Amino acid sequence: MTGGERLPLRQWLALRGLDGVTLLVLPAALFIVLLFVYPFLYGFVLSFQPKAGDFIANYTKFFSDPFLYDTIGATMRLALPATLINVLLSIPVALRVRRMRRRRLLTTLLVVPITLGTVLIAEGLLNYLGPRGWLNHVLLLFGLTDGPVRLVHNYTGVMLSLILSGFPFTFLLTLSYITGIDPSLEQAAATLGAKPRSRFRHILLPLLAQGLAINFCLSFVQTFSVFPSAVLLGAPAGATRVISIAAYQAAYEQYDYSMASAIAMIMGFVQLLVVTLVLAGRSLVYRGAAGAGKG
Amino acid sequence: MPMASATRDYRELRLEHMSRSFGSVNALRDVTLDVRRGEFIALLGPSGCGKSTALNCLAGLLTLTGGSIWLDETRIDRLKPEERGFGMVFQNYALFPHMSARKNVAFGLTMQGRDRAESERKVDEALAIVRLGEQAEKLPGQLSGGQQQRVAIARAIVIEPPLVLMDEPLSNLDAKLRLEMRAEIRRIHEVIGSTTIYVTHDQEEALSLADRIVVMRDGEVRQVGTPEQLYASPAHADVADFMGYRNIVRTRAQGNGNSFRVLIGGASIGGTPIGAGAEGPAVAAIRPDDLVPAADGPIAVTVESAQYHGSEFYCSGRAADGTDLYFQSEPRVAKGDSVRLSVDPGRVLVYPDADQ
Repeated sequence: MTGGERLPLRQWLALRGLDGVTLLVLPAALFIVLLFVYPFLYGFVLSFQPKAGDFIANYTKFFSDPFLYDTIGATMRLALPATLINVLLSIPVALRVRRMRRRRLLTTLLVVPITLGTVLIAEGLLNYLGPRGWLNHVLLLFGLTDGPVRLVHNYTGVMLSLILSGFPFTFLLTLSYITGIDPSLEQAAATLGAKPRSRFRHILLPLLAQGLAINFCLSFVQTFSVFPSAVLLGAPAGATRVISIAAYQAAYEQYDYSMASAIAMIMGFVQLLVVTLVLAGRSLVYRGAAGAGKG
Repeated sequence: MPMASATRDYRELRLEHMSRSFGSVNALRDVTLDVRRGEFIALLGPSGCGKSTALNCLAGLLTLTGGSIWLDETRIDRLKPEERGFGMVFQNYALFPHMSARKNVAFGLTMQGRDRAESERKVDEALAIVRLGEQAEKLPGQLSGGQQQRVAIARAIVIEPPLVLMDEPLSNLDAKLRLEMRAEIRRIHEVIGSTTIYVTHDQEEALSLADRIVVMRDGEVRQVGTPEQLYASPAHADVADFMGYRNIVRTRAQGNGNSFRVLIGGASIGGTPIGAGAEGPAVAAIRPDDLVPAADGPIAVTVESAQYHGSEFYCSGRAADGTDLYFQSEPRVAKGDSVRLSVDPGRVLVYPDADQ
């Protein structure tokens, strides 16, 4: 190509990856602007227009009222362990399922809870674990406890529900990351004398770390916005008064949309903080492909 | 590792009736073979012949469904791969992508719990043997295909394994690099004096590398021999086919002894019987380079195609009876020419045809 010659605009754009097909992105972009960016900015602005007081009155109120700011801690106490348990639990299960012949059937079974939705899971847990549920019936029948064991309408109930409803998602992600690791890498490690434990520690785990971090973030964000199970299975006025309940009450019990928006903003910020921290920690681990070089 | 040291000093590796089936499919049937220490053995055959299955069974990555594997008097087929301590070079190299070339090579030594100084020294030695000094700190993704190959070989040999297994290690390289690495593999084998089992589907690779070649087909060993033996006198028509006898002609044999003849392209020519050598249905195998144009040649063909290959033309022609024959010609020939071909009876191998 000679230096002075100019390409036609169409070709110039095509070289930069812009052509007719690129336009197909527009509907999705529009969708995001309308359903995410606009409501977010609207809520952001709204949160600085409180019913009374100066423009940060909502935030001052939130961080001066323990009934409100404690919700962050309550949510964290649920979301962090639940996410961690799910991510850690998904590794051995995915490792096992990967080698199974009826992998599809098993995967389907494990994924069913996603399709049920939190409310149905909550109802099931109430029936099964409640004071008059099967579990307590059995325990009492065999005289294993004096009174019914309290497993719902408290922290435990919400935690169980979060693990049940969150696991399939976490598991599917972990499974896809694990199956993305070339099996010949483990075979190579084995021929070099590495026992299963070493193969996991030196080969699988480092290659998986990146995926697990992303998995943790996605699962955490899901768990952090827990609402139905915290209300149905928890103690919405006590131990499981999570931040989304506070936002709900501000919006639909006190009709203070400005305050509700402020709480939503705080919620978003906390999530962002955790995700940023986890992803920053990712820089410590290998982030390239999990393949075996040129194959 | 006690196992590795116990098996390092051995005289021979024996495969006894080694079999492996997947469900109802027999991938490997009754493979029996003795390998002397220090030998370079090539397992040669088309894809699906069971050669890779055999290698994986040796490495311990697949369990046997029959037979046994021995190092002298130690039975090893029930040991896990990590207990065998064999070095394996994988087709895709299987380098650990998150470790530098040096760490990849050191992995086996680390697993054996060698001390740091000894490990460093051995890794340096191995990297020097495969001639990969400067690239040692790079990640596999930053290395070229040939360099990755060298790392994979260094990683397998650094543990001084009693047996080095190679699974089509050159198949992912381009033609020039393949020739270069082929020479390298033979050189490395001679430097470290290891026993090597090398799987390939490329007869040239097998012929140029191996001390002995094991030709496999449908999960069975068809012939074992030195490259010269296999090249000059393949024991079966399918082995001949694989050793570059491109003309495999189904025909009939007549006479016996000095008057043994076969029909090729409508002409009756002298041949060398392999096996029974009786009259009747037969398969004749002739290499294209043995079939050459001659003014008084018995076989008349019309040239179908001629490819220029430097010193000669690789040609195909059709005889009057419809038989397609491949031959080589030094003088220029072109499509449509009539050519007469002649062949030394000693280079016409005639096998009894079991299928007719």
